[in-house]
Amino acid sequence: MRYLLKLLSAVAVVIAAASVTFFAQLAVPGDRATTLMNLQTGQDRKWTAEELAPLNEKYGFDDPIVVQYLDYVTGLFRGDLGTSYTQKRPVLEVIGGQLLPSLTLTVLALVVAWFLALGVTLLTVRRGRFLSGLGATWEAMTASLPHYWVGIVLLVVFAVQLRVFPVIGGTSGWGTVLPVLTLAIPLAGFVGQVTREEFEQVLAQPFVTTARTRGMSDLAVRLRHVLRHAVLPAVTLSGWALGALISGAVITENIFGRPGIGQVLVTAVDTRDMPTASGVVLVVATVYVVANLLVDLAYGAIDPRLRRAT
Amino acid sequence: MTVKTLTAAPKPALGTVLSLLVVTWVLTAALAPSVLTDGSPTAIDLHATLLPPSWEHPFGTDDAGRDLLTRVIHGSRQSLGIGLGATALAFLIALVLGFTAALAGGVVDAAITRVLEVAFAFPALLLALLVISVRGPSLATVVVAVGIGSAPGYARMVRGQVLAVRQAGYIEAAAALGHSRFAVIRRHLFPNAVRPLVAVATLGVGQSIVWASGLSFLGLGVAPPSSEWGALLDAGRLHITTSWWLEILPGVVIVLVTLAVTTLGRTLQRRLEGAAR
Repeated sequence: MRYLLKLLSAVAVVIAAASVTFFAQLAVPGDRATTLMNLQTGQDRKWTAEELAPLNEKYGFDDPIVVQYLDYVTGLFRGDLGTSYTQKRPVLEVIGGQLLPSLTLTVLALVVAWFLALGVTLLTVRRGRFLSGLGATWEAMTASLPHYWVGIVLLVVFAVQLRVFPVIGGTSGWGTVLPVLTLAIPLAGFVGQVTREEFEQVLAQPFVTTARTRGMSDLAVRLRHVLRHAVLPAVTLSGWALGALISGAVITENIFGRPGIGQVLVTAVDTRDMPTASGVVLVVATVYVVANLLVDLAYGAIDPRLRRAT
Repeated sequence: MTVKTLTAAPKPALGTVLSLLVVTWVLTAALAPSVLTDGSPTAIDLHATLLPPSWEHPFGTDDAGRDLLTRVIHGSRQSLGIGLGATALAFLIALVLGFTAALAGGVVDAAITRVLEVAFAFPALLLALLVISVRGPSLATVVVAVGIGSAPGYARMVRGQVLAVRQAGYIEAAAALGHSRFAVIRRHLFPNAVRPLVAVATLGVGQSIVWASGLSFLGLGVAPPSSEWGALLDAGRLHITTSWWLEILPGVVIVLVTLAVTTLGRTLQRRLEGAAR
């Protein structure tokens, strides 16, 4: 029952998000048919009503707003996101093939960031002033690095100077390493800061002392008892982190010339191809909402106390 | 999200001093660039194109022989201005929404909370890109885009603050003393709810600078002849395989300024928390 409610509210949020993108398209200054005609012919002038009539007819620009709105929203459930102004084919088709490389990138980055963050935390929390200081400083530094800066440095150092990786990697495995690191390093710093704080608190708990008196080794205590508690807040963060990762992916794909929805989005915004831009934004919002729903469920799996409480 | 993080720099005092130096430098650059450099950011020298950093050109030169350090210094006014403007706009929206929601309660609160929930479904950069695709890229658009992109997070914070402060004993006491609702809000609720957010706003300025330069870097913000920091990065991309300094050095400046602003924000946060105790 609780899950059903969550699912319903997620659907409501997606529909509301679609309303935002729909009205964004209406908010573009100027007549849409004129904009479209100019885009498609590469000219910049006024057109007569007869010239614009076929476009108005095809895209339904003359229909009442309510009809257009309902068309748009119901279209989403049929998998229809409208037609791209510049490519003249369905937006879904434009986005479709590009979704997988972007998802691969973000999910890999999330996994790598988690390993980096947990590795640094496990190794440095309460391991003497020097090590924990080093770990904390590393996290504070990396957490505030902008993605484009990390990407550029990695590109210049490893692709241009050392030539270990290709400058334009495409979607090959080897070419994916730098983009993934670009996204993972700042995120690892951020996740690390949160797990470190939690880890320190949990290490002071009575059950940790109990485990130690049973003769458990330090590493075993950290892995078996502390880790599970320490990752909880970071799991919640992962939902949010996914949003940051998608934003970062737009920039990362751009730096490394990697195909993906980020590239589609930047091109669409640049050419004022509103249906495509809105489509990408909407697809991302949907993925984001679904991911947060999953995070919610994962939370219950890690912490059994929550399942009973709610 | 940046509220509850910890910095365990070995000597926080040193970090604060260094941050103050960096911020002083960038403020000087923004307000009076001629103090730091006597060159012009647009002086072209075709005999000195793409020179690596040297004593004469500490940051090297670009493809038109313009001195990069001079361009970075002159670009700080725009970059800083965008950062401040966007944060101010975001907070204005956040204060209005947050206070309205928390004080009105009931249906209004529920409605605003729903709206924020929908806004959260868009990652911030995408919300900003949506604004840009509607208005077309320009300086003003970047300010509006980054402002709108970051407003929802702040609005939720403001709402939470107001709700928390409203429970405080002194609010009840003030109301019991017969002060009008408006007077209580103005003299007690507003200052106490907003004060902790000053530090958050400082952190926000750093974030906004990063985002705005990111948009320009994508070619969707301020366009290249300008020396706004992101625009410098965008212009330098053509030469990334040969002239690393065009990308790396303006990036270092952005990172340093952001780190400095963030460090000061956190120091401020600790001070304010200390004062509250």
